[in-house]
Amino acid sequence: MTAAVARPAAPALRAPAPVLAVRGLRKRYGPGCPRCSPPVGERCEACGSVHAVRDVSFEVGPGEVLGIVGESGSGKTTLLRCLRLDLDADSGTASLEGHGDLLRLDAVGRRRALSGSVAMVHQDDVAAGLHPQLSAGANVAERLLAAGEREFAPVRERCGRILSRMEVGRERHDDPLSTYSGGMRQRTQLARALIRPPRLLLLDEPTTGLDPSVQATVLALIADLLEEVEGGTVLVSHDFDVVSLLADRVLVMRGGAVVEEGLTDAVLEDPRHPYTRLLVASRLR
Amino acid sequence: MRPPTVAELAARHARSAPYAYLDERSKREVRRAILKALCIPGRQVPFASREMPIARGWGSGGLQVTLSCVGPGDVVKVIDQGDDGSFNAAAMRELIGSSADARTTTRTAEATLIQSRHRIPELPLRADQLLILQLPHPEPLRRVVSDPRRAARLHEAGDYTAAWLDLYDDEARHGAPRSGADHPVLVDRRALASPSPVPRHDVLRLSDRPHPILLGAGRLERIVAIPPHTDVRPLAFDDRPLRPEAFGGSCSRCGSETSYRVERELGGGRWECSDTDACAERRRGREAPT
Repeated sequence: MTAAVARPAAPALRAPAPVLAVRGLRKRYGPGCPRCSPPVGERCEACGSVHAVRDVSFEVGPGEVLGIVGESGSGKTTLLRCLRLDLDADSGTASLEGHGDLLRLDAVGRRRALSGSVAMVHQDDVAAGLHPQLSAGANVAERLLAAGEREFAPVRERCGRILSRMEVGRERHDDPLSTYSGGMRQRTQLARALIRPPRLLLLDEPTTGLDPSVQATVLALIADLLEEVEGGTVLVSHDFDVVSLLADRVLVMRGGAVVEEGLTDAVLEDPRHPYTRLLVASRLR
Repeated sequence: MRPPTVAELAARHARSAPYAYLDERSKREVRRAILKALCIPGRQVPFASREMPIARGWGSGGLQVTLSCVGPGDVVKVIDQGDDGSFNAAAMRELIGSSADARTTTRTAEATLIQSRHRIPELPLRADQLLILQLPHPEPLRRVVSDPRRAARLHEAGDYTAAWLDLYDDEARHGAPRSGADHPVLVDRRALASPSPVPRHDVLRLSDRPHPILLGAGRLERIVAIPPHTDVRPLAFDDRPLRPEAFGGSCSRCGSETSYRVERELGGGRWECSDTDACAERRRGREAPT
């Protein structure tokens, strides 16, 4: 495999402290063996283990959107699930501002981080843990209630406001989520993620599975909202168009490893790794 | 001279059948669970529920707790939805009284041990009285978390977001909780508990009581305890307090407007106190010469 390509970061007068700093993150599916420790490829021939994330390191600054692109199975979602603490990473660190290493937090620390500082929008509402039998408002309220808000009226008011902002009509706020369309459910997920401004927003293929017109609306909404997010955002997508629209920087993953990274425009206009060239070329086709 | 222990009293009991129906090992097991439950208010403590001469789900848990605590010096009262005269209450009163050589009563003030289904006696209880509630479903999260193992993990973490979410949804869509007579409570501001299906009128009377409350679930093999003077609050938003039931009229027998009442003839508009002893006490007080 061709070596990873790194580009110099954009010059800055004063580099702000990163919101998230990931170092040497690894995640393996399977038992592992001495031959694949450290991992040498995506799959170990000896034990059959799949090394879904291999020594991935990156930083996300405040207000920055980092896009992660790659084909299906390249390890993007596994990486995100490790950061969301849905999966236990095998090694590495992920330092989040105000919390220390996310991967070493105890149960109380994890709950505090996940109800306040980290929010995620999944590609489907089943993975997102939405409650289809509850109203959209209640689904949005979950993060506020988890954080200990115990006044009904202010919570309801905030949920109503953000759902309206997501272009969900007020008359539908109390309808069960099971009666919502895919696009509306995705917007409800966004509302839930942003009801408490997170320090780290994780977007996992937020527009996949939506029809093109709805996709355009949701993308425009996300682009709008990301302008206001003060923390960092990690956006995962296999679609270079989505990443080019939303991300400031991009990380290209293949076989669990980062093969190229740089500013979005630079990577798009001048891809250096053959795999990135293939991705960009397929986009232009 | 120190008073005899329950075990000593039981040893003097000259009968071929075990004292208080259960054998001594079973009673010790229940007592251990009670002591543990008193140490961790509101938490569910498992115990080895025995077969009883009543069906599980019909008060077998409450009965085992009562039989494990009763001694010959006790005065026992059993009520079913406030009524001393129901068939179930009378049968259990007879079983407890006869197997433990304990006196039985229908008067709340005389009783040292009160077993109840779905009501808390309306007359004030003293510190030397013990209230035992029959508890069909000890798990307060069962409506919102279907997996018992996950519910146990949430209890361990003190994470009751699912219950708050359900309450929020009810308030938003229906204007009030739909929990009916099964409203969960926060015990000692920490543990979410199901206080047996008691009416909201009684849920609001659970806090800071001078006597212990023991809740026994025989079918699901759990004991829950609320020690004296424990803070017990219904799960409710600060700006949406839980409201007690409303009634269509005062008690047609004692005239009370503050008691928990039931409609005797459905739709007939005739309301009576559910607690028959408290109603009788009020009538006696009214009739007594001044």
